[in-house]
Amino acid sequence: MKLHNISINNLKRRKAKMAFLTIGLMVGIATIVTLVTLTRSMSSDIERKMDEFGANILVTPQSNGLAMNYGGISLGGVTFDQREILEKDLARVRTITNHKNISTISPKVLGGIRIGTHDVLLVGVNFESELKMKQWWKVFGEAPKKQDELLLGSEASKILNLNPGEDLQIKGESFKVAGVLDQTGSQDDSLVFASLPKAQKILGKEGRITLAEVAALCSGCPIGDMVTQIAEKLPDAKVSAIQQVVEGRLKALDQFKRFSWAMAAVVVFIGSLIVFVTMMGSVNERTTEIGVFRAIGFRKSHIMRIILLEAALVSLLAGFLGYGAGMAGAKLALPFMAESKNAHLIWDTGVAFGSIGLALTLGLLASLYPALHASRMDPTEALRAL
Amino acid sequence: MALIEIKNVKKHYTSGDEVVEALRGVDINIEKGEFITIMGQSGSGKSTLLSVLGGMNHPTAGEVEMAGVKLYQLPGEKLADFRAQNLGFVFQSFHLISYLTALENVMLPLAIVSVSSAVKKDSARTALERVGLGSKLDRLPNQLSGGEQERVAIARAIVNNPHILLADEPTGNLDSATSEEVMALFRELNDAGQTVVMVTHNPENGAYSDRTIHLRDGMVV
Repeated sequence: MKLHNISINNLKRRKAKMAFLTIGLMVGIATIVTLVTLTRSMSSDIERKMDEFGANILVTPQSNGLAMNYGGISLGGVTFDQREILEKDLARVRTITNHKNISTISPKVLGGIRIGTHDVLLVGVNFESELKMKQWWKVFGEAPKKQDELLLGSEASKILNLNPGEDLQIKGESFKVAGVLDQTGSQDDSLVFASLPKAQKILGKEGRITLAEVAALCSGCPIGDMVTQIAEKLPDAKVSAIQQVVEGRLKALDQFKRFSWAMAAVVVFIGSLIVFVTMMGSVNERTTEIGVFRAIGFRKSHIMRIILLEAALVSLLAGFLGYGAGMAGAKLALPFMAESKNAHLIWDTGVAFGSIGLALTLGLLASLYPALHASRMDPTEALRAL
Repeated sequence: MALIEIKNVKKHYTSGDEVVEALRGVDINIEKGEFITIMGQSGSGKSTLLSVLGGMNHPTAGEVEMAGVKLYQLPGEKLADFRAQNLGFVFQSFHLISYLTALENVMLPLAIVSVSSAVKKDSARTALERVGLGSKLDRLPNQLSGGEQERVAIARAIVNNPHILLADEPTGNLDSATSEEVMALFRELNDAGQTVVMVTHNPENGAYSDRTIHLRDGMVV
């Protein structure tokens, strides 16, 4: 017989009380686990969707000039000392510290060409990464797969009078229009897209690019840091965050996270209150028992150890069960809460250990006063009979 | 020198504006191996005297010396340690722990002693055998009769071989036949050398003791 036997026997033989206490704390922990997991899973889902929508970092050549355009209306500009980015240098972007956060890099080469009687802007792209980044593009016909295939903006298609399947010549090279973009309302409507190597060849810019768009996954990655890291790797380039995209994403997620933390705080408070009230009730109910312990020579610290050990055991159990129940709740709720159907639950050992640790901390903190109260009981008062 | 010396012990309580003088200068000496009964009417101060004697109730004035130790001069938790090592308590309502078996209840005072579990179990079993409950070790209190519960309480009080066994109305909740059995058990323990101090209001119990101290209005008469 040791002190822990007293705690364990009390818990074993007062199953109803123990179950009530465990359930009280478990519900609190489960709610927190569900909220945290749901938030994270939904955040990840939203982030993934957002990341699929365009770039949030722009890599352009260093220039001493200022662009003179607003809302798509260009007034020309004064640019001198124009530098260009070498395509091979772009590989260095993948070597930054936060390289795992880079979703897509889409290099582009731009240049004016003449098709028939019209001047158009030719954009050389990597179609695979471009289509991944611009998921709002709707292509009539086929997305280009071969080097000699083109994709036309809706306006360009009209003006050039070219439709999918038709052939054309650009600077002596034969091309086929694979597809035409549905109207986007952006600059893309008036562009002609070709594969990057072909465009570089036509524009005489082999191995060089005009700009690169980077889509970074925002979860846990400060875009500002990534901008600095990329700038260090490409000293001749100007790297900037597309602030409105970044801010928009972060704001939406922050709002969501704040809401769930507020909910979690309320639940934590209620859970602690349940433990406190139950432990206090249990101590008051056990007044005589504590009086006996004191009378037969138990120190105050012995009484505290008995009460706190009970609280710790119940809290640990509540932590384990709460984590399980919380994850089950999140799994059930996620399909109804997430935007996309393929949102997946995030299993995080941090949440598992965190919830068990939180249950233990809450249980012990909420039981501290009841334990102190018990240890300070006057044995004579407690026993009354004496 | 007596085993217990109670010198001019006073105990005053305040109840609202009123000061209640539960003990008004009590002097008692108890020798080793004695069986003392303390008798008196309700409110005479006998239970207060027992709690003061048991190191659980600081007297307002006076001194309690036990085996050469001045109880109320012990610092901090040393008094609790003294109780654990030298005193055994038997309460009127038995006060067994409902979720512990008879054996576990008896082992309770040993929970804070550093000896092996086997030694604790042996000591508890021996104590229960001494009170005639060797066959009911694994029963919970609610599976035992009143007399049996009292015996478990006595076994718990003697398991750590205390200098003094203190009992507060141990037969108060028992029928007369069971009371006689329990008193015979106290007598038996005393015959084996155990010092016993018992508070009772039943004059018949006095017959089992060596000496009876009568209290009235907080004083020995």
